[in-house]
Amino acid sequence: MKNIRNFSIIAHIDHGKSTLSDRLIERTEIISQRDFKDQILDSMDIERERGITIKSQTVCLPYKAKDGNAYFLNLIDTPGHVDFSYEVSRALASCEGAFLLVDASQGAEAQTLANLYLAMEHDLEVIPVINKIDLPSADVERVKEQIEEDLGLESERAILTSAKEGIGIEEVLEAAVQYLPPPEGDPDAPLRALIFDSNYDPFRGTIVHFRVFDGRIKAGDTIQFMSNNATYKVEEVGIFQIVRVPRKELAAGEVGYMIAGIKTVSDTSCGDTITLKKNRCDAPMPGFRESKPVVFSSIYPVASDDYEDLAAGLEKLKLNDSALIYEKDSSVALGFGFRCGFLGLLHLEVVQERLEREYDLSLILTAPSVQYELTLNDGEVLVIDNPALYPDPSTIESAREPYIRAAIIVPDRYMGAVMKLCLDRRGINRNYQYLTRDRLEMIFEIPLAEVIYDFYDKLKSVTQGYGSFDYDIIDFRETDLVKLDILINGERVDALSQLVHSERAVARGRRACEKLKEEIPRQMYKIAIQGAIGAKIVSRTTISPFRKDVTAKCYGGDISRKRKLLEKQKKGKKRMKMVGQVEIPQSAFLSVLKTED
Amino acid sequence: MKHPFHEPGGIYVHVPFCVRKCAYCDFCSEDDRSRIPAYLNALVKEIGGARPPSGLAFDTLYFGGGTPSVLAPEEIGRILAAVRRRLPLLPGAEITIEANPGTLAPGALGELRRLGVNRINIGIQSFSDARLRFLGRIHSAKAGRGAVRRARAAGFDNIGLDLIYGLPGETASDWRAEMRSAAALGPEHLSCYMLTYEPETPLARRLARGDFAPLDEARVGRRYRDTVRFLADRGFVQYEVSNFARSEAVQSRHNRKYWNFAPYLGFGPSAHSFIPPERWWNEAPLGRYLKHSASERSPAAERETVGYGQQIIEAVYLGLRQTRGIIVADFEARFGLDFKGTFGRVLAELRRKGWLDTSDAARCALTPAGMLFLDGIASMFVAVDFPDAPPA
Ligand SMILES: Nc1nc2c(ncn2[C@@H]2O[C@H](COP(=O)(O)OP(=O)(O)OP(=O)(O)O)[C@@H](O)[C@H]2O)c(=O)[nH]1
Ligand code: SF4
Ligand SMILES: [Mg+2]
Repeated sequence: MKNIRNFSIIAHIDHGKSTLSDRLIERTEIISQRDFKDQILDSMDIERERGITIKSQTVCLPYKAKDGNAYFLNLIDTPGHVDFSYEVSRALASCEGAFLLVDASQGAEAQTLANLYLAMEHDLEVIPVINKIDLPSADVERVKEQIEEDLGLESERAILTSAKEGIGIEEVLEAAVQYLPPPEGDPDAPLRALIFDSNYDPFRGTIVHFRVFDGRIKAGDTIQFMSNNATYKVEEVGIFQIVRVPRKELAAGEVGYMIAGIKTVSDTSCGDTITLKKNRCDAPMPGFRESKPVVFSSIYPVASDDYEDLAAGLEKLKLNDSALIYEKDSSVALGFGFRCGFLGLLHLEVVQERLEREYDLSLILTAPSVQYELTLNDGEVLVIDNPALYPDPSTIESAREPYIRAAIIVPDRYMGAVMKLCLDRRGINRNYQYLTRDRLEMIFEIPLAEVIYDFYDKLKSVTQGYGSFDYDIIDFRETDLVKLDILINGERVDALSQLVHSERAVARGRRACEKLKEEIPRQMYKIAIQGAIGAKIVSRTTISPFRKDVTAKCYGGDISRKRKLLEKQKKGKKRMKMVGQVEIPQSAFLSVLKTED
Repeated sequence: MKHPFHEPGGIYVHVPFCVRKCAYCDFCSEDDRSRIPAYLNALVKEIGGARPPSGLAFDTLYFGGGTPSVLAPEEIGRILAAVRRRLPLLPGAEITIEANPGTLAPGALGELRRLGVNRINIGIQSFSDARLRFLGRIHSAKAGRGAVRRARAAGFDNIGLDLIYGLPGETASDWRAEMRSAAALGPEHLSCYMLTYEPETPLARRLARGDFAPLDEARVGRRYRDTVRFLADRGFVQYEVSNFARSEAVQSRHNRKYWNFAPYLGFGPSAHSFIPPERWWNEAPLGRYLKHSASERSPAAERETVGYGQQIIEAVYLGLRQTRGIIVADFEARFGLDFKGTFGRVLAELRRKGWLDTSDAARCALTPAGMLFLDGIASMFVAVDFPDAPPA
């Protein structure tokens, strides 16, 4: 065990975690140069396209250290985006240490701090790494000062790296060996292993990812999940080295996977403890804090007969995304679907894309909403996140909405811009403090509903990319809520309704109509779009019909050009939903929430 | 799905030169005529290397462009000779040349006749000098009229004219006057195209800059309906969205091949070829075409095999472009599908809107009102979930 090191790489988004992981992987040569690609641990299409990490990934690196000993380094690359901090926190639960990366040109940002706090909660040894020192704008001295002052870490221990150019890689590996503690635990005690992730393989069933804290596990063992007592016979155990590599046995301190013919998807849950049926350990691992969804939206298949596939897809996706929650839902306009809870808008988009890609579905998501608390006249308290369930307003005594505490880190020259942005979003400025000479941390209390959509993009744009932001939900506060409905050709489309603050309602209604006008293609008849609160129409617009729609000239023998266009439209129509007579594209359902461009 | 050659094929020759680019044009053509000799060599070489499938003969040859009439009659003669050497051109074949009124040298028309060219399509476009200027045409209205008269005098008995409508500010009577002038010249054939603003053309750029306001869609739609009625009254029967002929005999035999799944071979830059189910098209612009020729590479830029489902899309779209519509029995025999069963819902909707010509159950054709929404209607047909492969 003393030859094992388990650590995560954590940082603010884009500071270079996955690129540093690449260099460490390359250096330890577990994969041939030919098979290598950049950000190799970002294996999902959606990660590669967006250039961000969404899932934590584990890789086991064999390393011969300067002390002459051979080590196994279990590295976990984590995501940096605020929506996925739950992934980080689970990764940290399997580690004894963490490298905290700081971009040498950006300095410490909001998730640098947030992730450091997470690591400290888990009692981990944290080693600062200053990355991207190759950049002309790198300012190592300044970042060192931030490491001391903002982060409270020892800056002389900081390792200087350029993941891009492969500088400082050896130092990181050596630091892991020298400064991070080896795992503790008793290989001879009864098996106690913590499930931190899993995924579904169509050929082999559920693949369970875990860290062994005590005991051993090998093929042939009969294991038991402690939460539900389900038992399975282990077919294979192994470690992650980009691909799964089978091993005879995994013992205390090691990280790996297990295949056990698990066909009942719901048997496996993240945070559960695995033990042996014959030789049970006395207490399960503490597991993970439940992740709390903050935005809710309903998912419907565009083709209603895909409902069963959607149900199966969600169940399997949940294995690999334990933060996702869902329950059955139905809509007049869209039929049967699921109401889902997400950790943020990016999480929502990721779930949608993964379901569409991995399970070949075409989906509609309704406008996301936060959760509201309503007190009815008879004293009953309702918690709702679905506009469709909003009761008759005359029965509502009072309503409350969730507030967050937003911590925003910016260079002080943007103070005014950030202040304006937050006040525009009904925010209250609670505090601000200088972190270093010209960097501020500003604290606001803002209704969650005001930040879920495009707050982060706005913050980035008003601060020219320098602002960063982290938040926690603090409480529910009194609010004045109304339900904004959208009518298309006079028909109320329940899936387009949203709950909004009354002061915002008219502007929102106007905006939603405009957005829908942009999103819904012109058709052969006139389309009227209206925003309504109760019986009162607050906004309206119309999409004028085609007066002609014909290509005058067919270019000689170039028949393919027009055919390809028709094929494209056919595909497009598969992503549209007929509501009454009107074809509404998938994207329109989310567009109603956009505030402005 | 097998395609024995029930009918003769067509040959298309693309001549990529014009005296000057028109403002609305996005065809493959250029005004540097110094490359004509190189082009002719490459073209004759391409034709010489053609390998038509055995059993396929041709009954149309079409010189299109660009402006084929920028070539001297001897040059057309040289191309014709190359074609005849390599490809079986049937006696009585329709041989068409597109001509720009500004490029017809005295004497040229007679020589073209002698070479065997028996149909001429003249790009008149308008009988108003102001509109011709707006379009960036090189000729005057007077030159247009003169060209038609001279073609007649040279013995052409199958003359087609092209017109464009839907220009900014054009009134209904403006357009009727245009059609009246055209009809007065007594052509056998008329093509009337709506002005379209093709991306990247000078006209589209001027539109984007706001130099002028386009004629609104509703008016353009009305012009279209007017065209069909006005020309019908004068003996021109519409047979395709933009094409009108005095009799079936003078419909463009060549263009109909494109719309009816007939085989054709195209030569020259950007030319398309189709030997069912293979379609391919040549490199463009001219420079690339010449480069490929010089380095002995095939001039084909891309090829595709038009699959079963794709053929259905084409059959629907191209069938509906024609006033005779889709011949239901042919469609069913070709695809092994029940037409009404497959498209019943769309047909019902079209009928409700008065867009379906219900006069003949053997055909699925659009009314003139429906034709105006052809693209949207085709898209409705295409959205139907028909099989992607022939039924077993
Ligand atoms: N110049 C320079 N660029 C780097 C360096 N390390 C990473 N980058 C670049 O920074 C960008 C983000 O790198 P990633 O490795 O994907 O960052 P990450 O921290 O994994 O990002 P998330 O997983 O989305 O949080 C990429 O464009 C990298 O090429 C470095 O040392 N120098
Ligand atoms: S003459 Fe015809 S091909 Fe040449 S530029 Fe004008 S429109 Fe285009
Ligand atoms: Mg990453």
